[in-house]
Amino acid sequence: MSTQHTERREDTVAAPSRFPLREIVLFGALLVAVLGVYAVMGTAYSTRMLVEAACYAILALGLTIQWGYAGQFNAGVMGFVALGGFCTMFLSVPLNDAFWATELPGELGRALLYVAAAILVVYGATKLDRLGVPKRLRTLIAIVLAVVLYLVVISMLRGVTGEIQSRAGFIGGLGLPAWSGWIVGGALAGGLGYFIGRICLGLRSDYLAIATLGIAEIIKAFLKNSDWLTRGTATVSPLPWPTPGPSTLGFTLARAAYLSLTAVMIAVIFFLLHRAYHAPWGRMIRAIRDNEISAAAMGKDINRRRLEIFVLGCILMGIGGGALASFNSIFDPNGYLPLNHTFLVLVMVILGGPGNNLGTIFGAVAVYIIWLMSEPLALFLMHGAAAIGEGWFGWEPPGNLDSRALQARVFVIGLLITLVLRFAPQGLLPEKVRHHG
Amino acid sequence: MPLLEARGVHGGYGGMNILNGVDMAIEANEVGVIVGPNGAGKSTMLKAIFGLLTVSQGEILLRGEPIHNLPPNKLVQRGMGFVPQEKNVFPSLTVKENLEMGAFLKPGNVKRMLKHVYDFFPPLYDKRHQPAGELSGGQRQMVAMGRALMAEPDVLLLDEPTAGLSPLYMNEIFERVKEINAAGVGILMVEQNAKQALAIADKGFVLAAGMNRFTDTGAALLADPEVAKSFLGG
Amino acid sequence: MNELVFFINNVIVAGSVTGSIYAIGAIGVTLIFSIMRFAHFAHADMMTFGTFMVLLLTLAFPGAGGAVGLPTPIVMLPLAMVLTALLAVGIDKAFYKPLRAHGVKPIVMVIASLGVTLMLQGVIRLFAGTGSQNLYLAGERKEIYRLDVPFEMAARPIIVTEPQVILFLLTIVCVVGLHLFLNRTRLGKAMRAMSDNPDLARASGINTNHIVAVTWVIAGGLAAIAGTLLSLDVTFKPDLSFFLLLPIFAAAIVGGVGHPYGAIAGGFVVGFAETLAVFNWTVLLRPVQHLFPAWLEIPRNLAFVGTEYKIVVPFFILVAILVWRPTGLFKGKVI
Repeated sequence: MSTQHTERREDTVAAPSRFPLREIVLFGALLVAVLGVYAVMGTAYSTRMLVEAACYAILALGLTIQWGYAGQFNAGVMGFVALGGFCTMFLSVPLNDAFWATELPGELGRALLYVAAAILVVYGATKLDRLGVPKRLRTLIAIVLAVVLYLVVISMLRGVTGEIQSRAGFIGGLGLPAWSGWIVGGALAGGLGYFIGRICLGLRSDYLAIATLGIAEIIKAFLKNSDWLTRGTATVSPLPWPTPGPSTLGFTLARAAYLSLTAVMIAVIFFLLHRAYHAPWGRMIRAIRDNEISAAAMGKDINRRRLEIFVLGCILMGIGGGALASFNSIFDPNGYLPLNHTFLVLVMVILGGPGNNLGTIFGAVAVYIIWLMSEPLALFLMHGAAAIGEGWFGWEPPGNLDSRALQARVFVIGLLITLVLRFAPQGLLPEKVRHHG
Repeated sequence: MPLLEARGVHGGYGGMNILNGVDMAIEANEVGVIVGPNGAGKSTMLKAIFGLLTVSQGEILLRGEPIHNLPPNKLVQRGMGFVPQEKNVFPSLTVKENLEMGAFLKPGNVKRMLKHVYDFFPPLYDKRHQPAGELSGGQRQMVAMGRALMAEPDVLLLDEPTAGLSPLYMNEIFERVKEINAAGVGILMVEQNAKQALAIADKGFVLAAGMNRFTDTGAALLADPEVAKSFLGG
Repeated sequence: MNELVFFINNVIVAGSVTGSIYAIGAIGVTLIFSIMRFAHFAHADMMTFGTFMVLLLTLAFPGAGGAVGLPTPIVMLPLAMVLTALLAVGIDKAFYKPLRAHGVKPIVMVIASLGVTLMLQGVIRLFAGTGSQNLYLAGERKEIYRLDVPFEMAARPIIVTEPQVILFLLTIVCVVGLHLFLNRTRLGKAMRAMSDNPDLARASGINTNHIVAVTWVIAGGLAAIAGTLLSLDVTFKPDLSFFLLLPIFAAAIVGGVGHPYGAIAGGFVVGFAETLAVFNWTVLLRPVQHLFPAWLEIPRNLAFVGTEYKIVVPFFILVAILVWRPTGLFKGKVI
């Protein structure tokens, strides 16, 4: 009864529908750009670009609900993307017989059991005050126990993982379908988001940015250095696709199939977000963002809603990261860069229109095309400059010219962020603010 | 020529006008008091004079020169002091440092004025090395007024200086206000304790809905039955 | 005793070095926070910029140090500080001030500072590349002081390098100088006043734009010192920024945001925690192994975290302080 009532009210209060001229012009221009890329770069390349852009669109949708809906700034998108990529790798890569055929799985299992036992013991120690132990003593016991058990367990784990690495390379995957990895990746990313959100969401928004930035670097360091689990810098490939691969369909068709899968995912996410945004839940979220104090005064559980939205965004990032890893068919921890996986997504969101899902998707595709095209452009400009420098001034260009030219793109992304914040803080397709009565 | 004059001032926050044409004028030797019901725009008027909100229409003159929409630090330079109602001290700075901040634009004054302010508010001398955040409400009000006096202003704006103070402190503050005025500083203050304030006022301005309702001497307003009935609680 | 010397070299000296660097960085972050109310994410790249200026100046005047008897980079440091301070003021004018004038939320300033950090990274790496470089150019060597321990059993000396000594001296100078500035000078008091109550500061006639500029000058200068000393101790690495940000923010938050002395304490807390966490405790336990029962074998590596996971330590501290006491040890003003 009550939902029906609000639904109707939403309709009556909605802004008068206007002809979506801006949307049509922007998406028309985007279509022209995509067709242009197809004409110049060929279908296989261009379809690959579109698939990657689609994966980025999922990441961007995750960030747009955090930043655009709720004003939470996540500076560690990369970490959640890497987590999704790792889960996809771990679940979808075939079993490694060199590992499973030995006694190593048993030893690893035993070490993990010890970890669990140690956690239980420490947890128990924190409850000692129920047995009449003074609180200070309890804290002391818990801390000492935690330190000692941690050292015991970690040296045990170090032993087992070292064995795995030297004898089996790495533990391999579980041989499950790729989509299961995406789901687990999303779940794990959401779980991590829950942990961070619980700590930071009640505090100043800056703290969330600091914590997410930190956790992203930690995840990367972990994935990079845990050779027994991820093969570290040696990378894992190939990762299986959820759709028929290029060997059966050929590059273009296989990529097209993958593209349709991601497109369906985006459509589903888009639809669900649209529903949620216009449901009472979405209104509450925006009410909290726009005026926290009055929302709190109306008895809304602010931190709970914030946590929900943050976790939801992280889940989307995990799924998008999984889809991206599967498509690239390689898991390379070193390939996760703050620039490519955090700031590029940020630019997509703030340029497209934070809080506007359509704008975010537009931003994702448009920015990704510009991003890809800027690489040859940067190289071209740099080589041109070097040639002029050499010809006119006899200046010796540095050897690693190409890697330096790419740094110019870092500068451009940074400049773009500051300029958009200053001159178009609402993005190209601003969030439609309805004046709900 | 009046020391401070406002003519038909309109202004407010973010497009919403709170002041709809306020006139007032005080001379150098006068205490002006603004009273009126809640939401009449009393504090807003004070903030408009001190450049804390945009004046959209009308003008404000200091010694005949237009000053509206000048930033606060320029107004301090021209001899205006302002004591806000809340958050009127720097809590982690000591009392002495608070006072020194008042003379920020006239560092040469510090020594002389510090002595002057300590003479004026003796309790502050004993507490001069204590952080202002640790003082009682009345002492904080003294710090706030002392800080404003440090710049040797010609005119002092006080926003509800007695709000939340015990009657004892309230009388003390009103006494000080009279003394400050006697020393040649024009005073314009907003007050909730209208009767006591009008008693020391040379000029009273009764505001309602952002406009002047009555303007007269303090004594005349106190005597006016209509003012008493509508604004002074009988 | 050798083990103890090893401990002093690897924990006490190393911890003081990282602690000092984090402390100097965190002072800047905390000052910016207390005046402008946002977490300045471009701080680590400001440090890198300062170091890069030192590197360029050292390349330009390689002989300057020899003439004075100090390492050339140290001689060039004051000039680099000025340049970094100018950069900081310029960045504020170009990117932060317009946003401030619009009255945006602090988090938007945070994002803008991330944009700035990327721009700085791009520029620095465009010119300096991404590889690490030694600030000691050919012809100059790190002076190493060996302090012999006056015990018979200690065969190995305590080792302190020249840049480390300079680092300790400069840290003391910075802390004392900052203390005098904040408590004795008119401008320093005005800065504290603005951090307490910006509106009242304005009403007192304090030109807040001026204070903001002074804050950037101090933060920029300190960033140049911290970055240069870090690079002198190890090497100049242009891509360190996100790894430096976390410990510096952790230090600022542990000390209580907006609290300069807290930032110093926080810097040392984080610095020592890091070195203690990567220290291999087996070294200290081995001499007393005979006291343990026979079945208890001490593993070869008994460090809490490997050096590759060093960044976990400041994060752990950050999480702990946010859960346990978000205002920091010294009760920061702003949360």
